[in-house]
This record gives sequence, C-alpha cells and structure tokens, in this order.
Amino acid sequence: MPEPLTAAGLQGVVGIALAWIGVGILGLLRPNHVGIVARLLFPAGALLGLAMAVVAFTALPLPAQQMVLPIGLPDLPLHLRLDALSAFFLVLLGSASAAISIFAAGYFREGEGTAPGLLCLQYHVFLASMSLVLVADDAYAFMVAWETMALSSYFLVTTQHRIPEIRRAGFVYLLIAHAGALGILLSFGVLQGGSWQFTFDAMRGAALSPGWASTAFLLSLFGFGAKAGLVPLHVWLPDAHPAAPSPVSAMMSGVMLKTALYGVLRVSFDLLDQPLWWWGAIALVLGLFSALYGVAFAAVQTDMKRLLAYSSIENIGIAFTAFGLALLFHCFDMPALAALALAAMLYHALNHAFFKSLLFLATGSVLHATHERSLGKLGGLIGRMPWVAWLALIGTLAIAGLPPLNGFVSEWMLLQSFLFTPQIPQPFVNMLIPLGAAALALVAALAAYVMVKFYGVIFLGQMREPQLAEARDCGRLERLGLGVLALGCVLLGLAPGWVLGQIDPISQLLLGNGLSPAGHGIWQLTPLSAERASYGPIVFLLGAVLVVALTYFVVRRLYHGRIRRAPAWDCGFPAQNARMQDSAEGFGHPIRHIFAPLFSMRRQLPSPFDRNPRYRVDVEDRFWTALYLPLARGVERAAEWVGRLQQGRIAAYLLYSFLTLTALLVIVL
Amino acid sequence: MNSVAILTQALEVVAAIALAPMLTGWVNQCRAWLSNRRAPPLLQPYRALRKLLHKDVVLAENASPLFRAVPYILFGAMATAAAIIPSLSTDLPFGTAADAIALVGLFATARVFIALAAMDVGTAFGSLGARREMMIGFLAEPALLMVVFTASLICGSTALPTIAETLVGRSLAIYPSLAFAAVAFVMVALAENARIPIDNPTTHLELTMIHEAMVLEYSGRHLALIEWASALKLFNYACIGIALFGPWGLSGSTAEATSPMLALGLALPVLGLKLMLLGAGLALMETLSAKLRLFRAPEYLAMAFLLGVLGLLVHLLLWGGAQ
Amino acid sequence: MNLPLSAQLIHLLAAVLLLLSFAMLAQRRVLSLVNLFALQGAVLVASTTIVAHSSGQHHLYYSAGLTLLLKVLLLPAILHRLIRRLEVRWDTETLVNIPTTLLIGLAVVIFSFGLAQPISQFAETITRSTLGIAIAMVLLAFLMMIMRRKAVSQVIGFLSMENGLFFAATSATYGMPMVVELGIALDVLVGVFILGIFFFQIREQFESLDLHHLESLKED
Repeated sequence: MPEPLTAAGLQGVVGIALAWIGVGILGLLRPNHVGIVARLLFPAGALLGLAMAVVAFTALPLPAQQMVLPIGLPDLPLHLRLDALSAFFLVLLGSASAAISIFAAGYFREGEGTAPGLLCLQYHVFLASMSLVLVADDAYAFMVAWETMALSSYFLVTTQHRIPEIRRAGFVYLLIAHAGALGILLSFGVLQGGSWQFTFDAMRGAALSPGWASTAFLLSLFGFGAKAGLVPLHVWLPDAHPAAPSPVSAMMSGVMLKTALYGVLRVSFDLLDQPLWWWGAIALVLGLFSALYGVAFAAVQTDMKRLLAYSSIENIGIAFTAFGLALLFHCFDMPALAALALAAMLYHALNHAFFKSLLFLATGSVLHATHERSLGKLGGLIGRMPWVAWLALIGTLAIAGLPPLNGFVSEWMLLQSFLFTPQIPQPFVNMLIPLGAAALALVAALAAYVMVKFYGVIFLGQMREPQLAEARDCGRLERLGLGVLALGCVLLGLAPGWVLGQIDPISQLLLGNGLSPAGHGIWQLTPLSAERASYGPIVFLLGAVLVVALTYFVVRRLYHGRIRRAPAWDCGFPAQNARMQDSAEGFGHPIRHIFAPLFSMRRQLPSPFDRNPRYRVDVEDRFWTALYLPLARGVERAAEWVGRLQQGRIAAYLLYSFLTLTALLVIVL
Repeated sequence: MNSVAILTQALEVVAAIALAPMLTGWVNQCRAWLSNRRAPPLLQPYRALRKLLHKDVVLAENASPLFRAVPYILFGAMATAAAIIPSLSTDLPFGTAADAIALVGLFATARVFIALAAMDVGTAFGSLGARREMMIGFLAEPALLMVVFTASLICGSTALPTIAETLVGRSLAIYPSLAFAAVAFVMVALAENARIPIDNPTTHLELTMIHEAMVLEYSGRHLALIEWASALKLFNYACIGIALFGPWGLSGSTAEATSPMLALGLALPVLGLKLMLLGAGLALMETLSAKLRLFRAPEYLAMAFLLGVLGLLVHLLLWGGAQ
Repeated sequence: MNLPLSAQLIHLLAAVLLLLSFAMLAQRRVLSLVNLFALQGAVLVASTTIVAHSSGQHHLYYSAGLTLLLKVLLLPAILHRLIRRLEVRWDTETLVNIPTTLLIGLAVVIFSFGLAQPISQFAETITRSTLGIAIAMVLLAFLMMIMRRKAVSQVIGFLSMENGLFFAATSATYGMPMVVELGIALDVLVGVFILGIFFFQIREQFESLDLHHLESLKED
C-alpha cells in the first residue's frame, strides 16, 4: 500500500475529536446555565459532527492514512489510521450525531438530573471517544478509547441517578460492557501472535494457527457482541436505553452499537487473514436468533423506549446475519456474493443509525410533551403533535422495511444474497441458507407488526388519558433534528446505487473485490446482474406517486360528495371510550400466544365480578432467570469462598503476598 | 419498441383496474350457484362502486389526515402492483424498477397503511381488526416470499417477467418444488384476500371480522376505493398465481416482436379464461371449507410458511443431486 | 439440467410423498389420516411403476402390485373398519402443538437432506436424489408416532414408516429382493391384525385408547 504524503483527513478527524472535548470542557465553565449549553455548545457540536461527516466522506475513496501521536505511556505512542472502513463509520457517526446534537440543543432546555454543563462534557467526550475508537490502530489506543466510550455513556445513562431503577440499569450496563471489554482485550492478546507488538499492523502480519485464530475470533465476537447487544448478551440494552435521556438513547442505539459492528469487521476481515467458514455460520445463527428474539420481545413491550431497544437488538441481529453471510461467502470463495452481503450489512448499519435515532428522538419529544413513557397512557397525539407524528411516520415505515424507504433496501440486498447462493460445498450449510432466508423474512414481517403497534398506539386513536390534550408539539431545533434524520431515511432509500458506489472501497479493502460495476447506477440497483434482479426506487416511487395522484384527481374531479363529520360509528355501539381501543398489551397478544415458549409470563386476571377490573401481564426475559441469575449466584458463592481469605490482619495479608511471590518465582525460574 | 412497451404497461394497469371488480363479481356468482342461490349479476360490484362513489363521506370526528389519505394510497399501491405483475405481457418497463421482493414489500406497505388507518379513529373494532390483520400478515408475508423465492431459484431471477418468460421458454419440465410452492401460494392467497378459512368476505358478525372490521369507519368514495383496492388485490394475486404456475399465453418481448399488438390481443382472452377458471376454483374451495377459529389461523399460515420453505429445500435437494 | 421425463415424474411424486408426510403430521382427524395414508400408498405405487418402467426392473412391478393391494386397499379398509368398530373417530390429541411439530419436522427434513446429499453421490440409480426424501419420510413417520397419543394414529405412523423404507429401497437400489419384500408385507399385515386385537384389549381394560393409561402399568 503506498504511503500517502499527507494525512490531512486523519488530522481533521483527530482535530474534530479534540474540538468536541473542548466544547465539552467549555460546558463546565457555566455548568448550570442552560442557555449557553443548549443554544451555543450543542449546536457547535452539531456543526463539528457535520464537519466530521464531510471529512470522513472525502477520505472514503482515498488510501489509508496513518499517524502516530506521541502521547500516552512512554514508548507506547498512539497509532491512528483512517481507511475506508473507519471512514464509513465516521460518516455514520458524524451525520447521525449532527442531527442528534441539534435535537439535543432543543431537548435539554429543562435541567434534569445531572447539571447541563456536566452533561455536555459527558456527551461530547462520548462523541470524541467513539471517533477515536474508529481510527485507533493499536490495541492500546483502541482499548483506551473503548473504555472511555463505555464510561462516558455510563454517566449519560445515569443522568437521572436519583431513580434506583436507573442506577441499576447503569450498573448492569457497566458490568456487561466490562465483561465485553475483557473479551476484546484477550482477543487482542491472542491476535498479536507471539510478536508482543500490539499495533494492528503487527497483528495483520501475525500468522496464527487456525485454533488460535478461532479463539481470537470467538473472544472478539463475545466482546463486540456484548456491546452490540447480541443475544444472550443483550440484557443491558432494554434497561439502559430507556433509562437514558432520549438523545443519548438515540446516540447509543444509532451510533454506539455500530462501533461494535466496526470492531467485529475489523478483527475478522482485516486483522485475521484467513477466516474459517464456521465462524460465519456461528455469526449467522446468532444473528438470526437475536433478530427473531428481539423482534418478538419488541412486540410485547408496553414501554415505548423499551420497545425500540428490543427493536435495536433485532436490527443488530440482522446486521450480524449479513456479516455471517459475508464471512461464509468469503470463505467459500464467492466474491460477488460476499461483497453483496457486506454491502447489505454496512447499508443496514447506516439505515439503522438514521431511523432508530429518529424514532428515539420522537419518543423523547413525546416524553417531554406528555411525561409519559407507557404506551398504555398515550394515544391520539397526531392531532396535538403533527410535526413529530408525521416525521416519526417516515421512521416507522423505514424501520418496518417498506419500499421505497431505506430499511427496505438493505433487507432487499440481504435477501438477494441469501437467494442467489449457489451450491456451498457443505451440505448442512447449504440446507440452512434457505432456512435463514425464511427466518429473515419472518423477522422483517414481524418488524412491520411491531411498528404498527408502536405508531398506532402512540400517535393514532383516541387519547387514553385526558391530560394528553395539553401536549404541545416540539420546538424548532427539535424539528430540524428530526427532519434531517427523516430526510436521510428517504434519500438513503432513493439512491442506493450511489451509496453502494461510495462504500465500494470498503469491500475492496476487506475482501479484495468490489461489487459488479452494474450496481452503481443512480436509477437502478443491480447488485449481481440485470437479469437476476434489479430495483429502481426512484422510478418505483415516481410510478406509485403518479398512480396515487391520478387516482386522487380523477376521484375528486368526478365525484363531489361532501365530507361530513360525525361521531365514530363502530357498528352503532353508543358508549365508546378510549379504554375500548386495543391497548399495547392487547396488540401484543397474538405474538405472546404464538411465541409463548420464548417468554416467561406472569399474568393476573381479574375476577369476573370485579367492579374495577385490572389486568396485568409481565413478560420477562428467560435469559435473566436461566443464565444471569445462576451466574450471579455462582459469582456470589465464589466470592464468599474467597472471602474466607479475608482475615483483617496485616500479617496474614503479607503472608499471602509472600506465598504468591514464592510461587511465581518457582514457576518462572 | 419502447413506445409499445410503455403502451403495454399502461394497458395492463388499466385492464387490471377495469377487470378487477368483474373477477369479484364472477367469484360471487359462482359461490351463489354452488350454494343453490340465485346469483347476483356479473356487474354487480361495479354498481356498488358507483353508488358508493356518489355518496357523501361521513368521517369520524377525530379522524386524522392519514385516515383520509389511506384509501388513495391503498388503491395506488394495488394499481402499482398490477404494473409489476406480468398479466398480459412480459415486456414491462416497470418490471425492472421493482422485482418480486419489492412487490411483496408493496403489499406490506398497503397492509401497514390500512392497519394504521384502522387504528386512527380509535374504536374497539377498528383496532381489533388492525391487530388481526397484522397477525395474519406477519405470517403470510414470509410465506409469500418463500413461494416467490422457490420460483426465483428455478429461474435465477427475482423479476417476475423474467420468471414467467423463463418458465414459458424452457422445454416442459416438472418442478416438484413448485408443487409445494403452489400449495403454499393458494393458502396464502386465501388468507391475504380475506377468504374463507381465515376470514369471511360476506360476514356481518363484528367479532369474527378481520378485513371488514378495519374498514368499518369508511364511507362514500373512500369506501369505494378500498373495496376496489380489495378487488384489485384479488386480481393481482390471481395474476401472480398465473405468472408463477401457468404463464403460457403471455405476450413476450422476443418471440412475438413482429406483431406485439396481435400477441396482446391474444393474451387478453387467454387471461380472461384463466381468471374464470381460477375464480370458479376459488368459489369451489370457499364453498367446501369452513372458517377456522381465529387462533387456528396462525397454525394454518405456519403450515403455508413451512410448505414454502420445504419447496426451497426440495429444490436444493433434487436439483443439487441432478447437477 | 433437463432430466428425462420419467425422472422428472419420479421427482414430482417424491415431492408429493413428502407433502403427504407433512399433511399426516399436521392432520388432527383419524379418518383423514387413514385416507392420507391410502393416498401415500397410491403415490408410492405410481412412482414404483414408473421406476420399474424406466429401469426395466420387472420385479418392481410385482412390488407395486403388492403395495397397491396391501397398502392402498386392504390396510385402509381394515383401519376404517377398526375405527368404526372402536368408535374412535374423534380428533387425535397431539403432545406438542401442531406448528411446533411442523417446525421439528422441518429440522428433520434438513437433517435428512444434509445426510443424503453425500450418500446420493455414490448411488447410480436415476432416482438417487430422492433418497433424502425417503429418509425424511421415515423420520417424519417416526415423529408422528412420538407426537400422537392415540394408538390408532401410532399404527398409521408405523405403516407410513414402512412406506418410507420401501421408497428408500426403490430410490437407492431399485428395491429390495422379492423375498424380503414379501416377508415384510406379510409382517405388516400380521402386525396390523395383532395391533387391532390389542386395541380391543386396551379399550376393554381402560375404556379408552389413550396410551397414557399404559403408564399406570409401570411398577413403582
């Protein structure tokens, strides 16, 4: 690879990260002054995000740039590197964070929990650490940035630290984040392969035996899976996301989860040179399971942010499915399909950053306007909050995977790569592939179910509580943030050919080959060849819009019937009220029924003679009781056992140290 | 050539829109004959639509703009779908913009919108219908995708016109996987079009309704559009069935290039004949079976889904062995 | 890619056999189960005849005839009679709900297809690629026997398993030797008679054909 003379892009990225930290520190000067923080600092952060997106975008087609920062421990400088893969994720980070910061400028007007200045520092350190994770080029820099990211997001999650549940959610998050970080650290330890050089360059050169390479892969899958929320390491996610303020949830779900995808791509395609096919099979199965699990749980949630959190698990599952597929194809030497699956994964990551952030921010607006998170107490907000409602509708349709928005494009590409699998030499894998396609189709259809529930219960119908009538629409800055994200969803849906052309350098970098050049047209998306499949969203949208408009004009021209308003008919039933609508529980009922084995449910049914009947159902994650509680008990028992060593006497402790030292000396010498 | 293709495209959509209510009328006629009743006239659905279009619209007080937009979106989606499906000709310029997966996505879009509209007014039956429709949908949609995939694997393409052309063009071959797909497709088509084992198109019992429960609050031209869209949906499904399992007689892009008009002229009566047969078959099936309990519906659809997957597997096994 | 017509027909019939196996797995009514079993026999006869015709193996004609007599006509008739005499026409209960059963069935199919793919490379018959379906049929019939509670449906599962074995033999090696086949046919016939007698005994003892009553015979 030719060494570029300048590293301008990389310098730009580092500069922006430092500027973010600077913005954060400025917030500390007047920690309780909401005006400065909201009106000045967050918009500045948003501008920096925009700059980051632009800088990274220009670096996308360039060869890799490297830099060594002489800070850190002596003789252990920070290596940084900006290649196409990093640049892609930086574009994602920059563009999503620009919109989220703009929204946050409007959102954090009321001080809640942590002082706004401190919040500003945590938020911007979080941003800076994420961008450093993406450009780190040695294990040391990576781990420092990774841990800073985990810590700063922990503080952001526990903004309202006076509420015990939120402290608990933060604790679980921190615990699992550290377990994951340990996995990543050990993985790097294996990856250096005896050279004791912890730069990524050295790891690329290290020749590992298949056994050690597999160990490294599995460790990194564990570590990054914990951050991404891959089942069964997902338990922190549905607690932490609702606990955080909405812009933070959007940032964590939309951007932070993607750093885990970045990590897993970096390790398995870049650092490990010879992937094995069964790694792909594992990732595929885990991904599909996560997707199905996440979407089934999302369908039965009654808290709007928890619902979105489970939906994130689903989307991460889809991304891991694509990743597994790309690995499989790569190992079986099917370059075109591997490139397609990889493109589907990256595209889905980008899409998810946009629509999930949009929806999380919309729930934030709803929360601000109504102070209500439970779906059972919302309803009918489309009349009171038209901006939020209509913009959220775009996000809803996009995440449900409906054409011509962006969610459909990535699912389309993934289905295509599933579909045109030629004969894979492993018979069982060959038979599993159609099953995977079936599961993916099921997940996509279930996502539509979940999103109809989400949107219908919050924004449509009658208001379930009288005080909702006082809800006000969000402010101008918030609208701008939501609007940018919604626009992103639409544009990403309409110009997939262009986007694929931009991310082609990544597959060149990781797989050594790109997509077929036919796939780069603006009008048409033809991933493999024109006879096989093509999708032209712009023509498609134009056709559909033309038909709808024509229908409208013809019908309105010819028929002049007036519109009369009257009470809803409902088969003539006279005494209707808002409680007769389907509740969130009711809407989830078919899923609870069909996927009963997945859930552990506790139900309280009212007696038929109850004057004030109450129905309550609690749906719990089986992994809590089956995996985590036993694990926690085991740890406690082990701790008790170790606790016997605690004597309270100095002499005893010195004895322990002495014995350890002797033992070590015996082993080493 | 190009102008002919665009003309064909337009003709196909217009034909679908114009003929769809007649198909519904024909099915109703057959049903009446089979149950020894006097049949309504074939054109009865057109009269009903006309009457509805002329009426005033009564809108619920809290209905949002979304509610009023949905009938147009629904009708537009179904008409767009008719442009993708090769019912008369396989030479469709619009077919390159959207393949079979996009078609399934289009149906899903229509479903999501009608379910949202049903929840919009906030009545008990509306939201009940929306929930049930989504329940049917989330199982029927993947099953339909599996059917399409089986055909795509055989033909190496997901574009419906190409699939139909490949199936016609090849020398007669029997595809066992298509047998599975066909059974699954029939099951899905019945469920998706609110037909008997799942829903009853003529029901007036509120608690058993699915599709009718969702459109309870619609009236006047909105209702007319929705009814027309349902008729179009049935028509579209029939045409998908024809394209996947019996595409003979379509006017192609290469073979009859010399006289495309003649080929089109031939394709129309052939399509009519096939639709008549299909409609009669549908009526027969509906007369012979009884409606399932609602919670047997997932079982039924799961069966369809599994059959679709089995079709894929059988294709891999038999063709994998044959290669 | 294009196979001779006979092979295509055999593939089609094999697919129909698999379809029927799944239909039996999903069927709740005992009488329909018997009819499906008869239909499975009929399809088997058809496919055996085609194999016989295309491969020129004449003994397969006799096998087909035997199958027709025994499994399409005689055994279903006996079973119908049994059901009428025993008055067990109600729905059978399954141990696990039907979608789950079908899902397990799907896993079984994948397992047997994966298993059969390498084996079928070695066989030389024109029907070799249907071996996976044959294995799947045997395992699915087994599954049906496991999942059902009522004795009659277990017998049908047993018979359907025999169908699968027969089909496996035809597809892998053009059928078993005639003597073996005759022996099996006789065994099956006698087996059904004995089971029929057992049914009466069981019902007299427990006033039901539900097999979980047999659990009370266990010595504690």
